[in-house]
Amino acid sequence: MKLLVCIKQVPDLESRFKPDSEGVWYSESDLAWRMNEYDEFAVEQAVQLREKLGETVELTVLSIGPDRVVEAIKKALAMGCDNAVHIQDPVAAAKDPWQIASVIAVYAKDKGYDLIFTGMQSQDRGSAQVGVMVAEQLGYSSCTTLVGFEYDSGVVTAKRELEGGIKGVVKMKTPALVTCQLGLNVPRYPTLPNIMKSKKKEIITLAVSDLLTAEPLAATISFYSPTKKGGGLVLEGEVASLVDQVIGILKEKTSVLR
Amino acid sequence: MKTLLIGEYREGKLLESTYELLGFASQLGAETAFLLVANEFQLPAYDGMLYLADVDICGEYNPDLHKKLVLDAVKRENPDYIVFLHSSYGWDLAPRVAASLKVAQISEIIAIVPGGFEVGSCNAKMRRTVKPNGTKAVLTIQAGAFPSERTGTSPKVQKLTAESTGALEFLGYEAAEKKDVDLGKAEVIVSAGRGIGKKDNVPVIAALAKALGGEVGASRPVVDAGWVEHSHQVGTTGQTVSPKLYVACGISGAIQHLAGMKKSDFIIAINKDKDAPIGEVADVLVVADVLQFVPALTQKLQNV
Ligand SMILES: Cc1cc2nc3c(=O)[nH]c(=O)nc-3n(C[C@H](O)[C@H](O)[C@H](O)COP(=O)(O)OP(=O)(O)OC[C@H]3O[C@@H](n4cnc5c(N)ncnc54)[C@H](O)[C@@H]3O)c2cc1C
Repeated sequence: MKLLVCIKQVPDLESRFKPDSEGVWYSESDLAWRMNEYDEFAVEQAVQLREKLGETVELTVLSIGPDRVVEAIKKALAMGCDNAVHIQDPVAAAKDPWQIASVIAVYAKDKGYDLIFTGMQSQDRGSAQVGVMVAEQLGYSSCTTLVGFEYDSGVVTAKRELEGGIKGVVKMKTPALVTCQLGLNVPRYPTLPNIMKSKKKEIITLAVSDLLTAEPLAATISFYSPTKKGGGLVLEGEVASLVDQVIGILKEKTSVLR
Repeated sequence: MKTLLIGEYREGKLLESTYELLGFASQLGAETAFLLVANEFQLPAYDGMLYLADVDICGEYNPDLHKKLVLDAVKRENPDYIVFLHSSYGWDLAPRVAASLKVAQISEIIAIVPGGFEVGSCNAKMRRTVKPNGTKAVLTIQAGAFPSERTGTSPKVQKLTAESTGALEFLGYEAAEKKDVDLGKAEVIVSAGRGIGKKDNVPVIAALAKALGGEVGASRPVVDAGWVEHSHQVGTTGQTVSPKLYVACGISGAIQHLAGMKKSDFIIAINKDKDAPIGEVADVLVVADVLQFVPALTQKLQNV
């Protein structure tokens, strides 16, 4: 059985973002990078399935992007993926979701993956399209927003999260793709022995130009900070003085201290 | 310009949010047609063309089949835009339709702006304007971003049917976990976000809640990590609250959290990041470390 998990590397979301020189995405200077949070749940689920099914399973992690994404790939290997594919693309951020999905689909087409895991969306782009579009292009079944996953002899039972905490339970046969939601499991921290072991695992590098056949369907015109809607008061300074100011405001503006 | 709006129906009911699609279309100044998989006794307050598929046959969640219905309606109407809500139904179905039509999808639109559509990025900290390259596109709109609109009482109904069963078998719904607190009734809620750092710090938040006579709320990562029970979660997949006072401690202000608390009467946010999007809804943003500020505030309140 063959499993694939697709991951993206994203900036730490607590960073300060500035537009790049063309003004269509963020400038990459001064950013710290990490694995997209949603993808950590995807990797964990794939690793758990691999552990459950044993040695006959091969789990590959794939990421598209410049050389820095190898860091995220290494983390996935240390979490328990068997090998990796890095699709080298210095300008991945300029591609639309359709193109990213088609690069993955072109790569995966003749590999015979039984199950593909992705995050439900990326934290920086947030389009929630790539996973489903990969499945559509491969002709796989797919299901999004998983907070529960079970696999038994070719059948996936998925719990989808709906609004208000309600869940929908869905069954589908492999080959299939699932997109993973926050809270699906508890992603592990790689242990030192596993980090050491993962250094021997193979990372194949492919050029995106060999896999890219699709034209972009959408374009980003501009990237900018939201216009501040005024209103809110911003308090800065010493803690003791902040406390006094907040208590003053609570007394004046709310009835909770009466 | 013409839009095909895809309404939502769940557990036997037309979802209110469906009317936001009409608000979006009217801001676009576009003609409309609707597609709904529902039953004919619960039609939307709308007076245009409604393509209706029977929910008893087509199911509430059956993406393969619903995709076929959308494609059928697209053929009949030839719309410029096919519009979904960015919801668990919409973000699941929209990319399937976009992929079949090979047209752009623009996700989670918050505004119509010159040259394209505005969407959030970087967890709502930044914005992008995106435009489709072709004339047709699939769009999903953010819940709550456009006003609800009703346009009449009786739609012109055209029934649609789809063959095939679809590859997914829907087994049913599972109710949300039972609540041990009803945050909806609380006058004060003090919520813990990931910025509190670790489970051991939950009592710091609980102490402030107690000092203010309120309940503890939480953002999703805090619940997912098991620091606080799900019944305390505020947001689209938790509870929607509107207390007299909402205190957000170390919460960034993602849209799914804001959706659950932005109607609170008064909002105080404590965050070490001055640019955190929670600042957009907060009446007061205290730029500070929660673990320093919150205990100091609690102590002072106890002496008031
Ligand atoms: C379909 C869907 C449904 C969702 N439903 C919900 C929901 O119902 N409720 C919900 O909350 N989320 C929900 N989310 C998740 C949501 O998108 C965010 O990921 C989540 O709200 C972030 O939680 P947070 O603000 O606690 O964490 P983060 O975004 O990580 O923010 C932590 C904040 O703490 C600040 N901080 C860090 N350390 C300190 C410190 N020492 N002092 C002060 N500030 C500090 C940081 O500056 C940052 O702003 C949902 C997501 C999806 C996709």
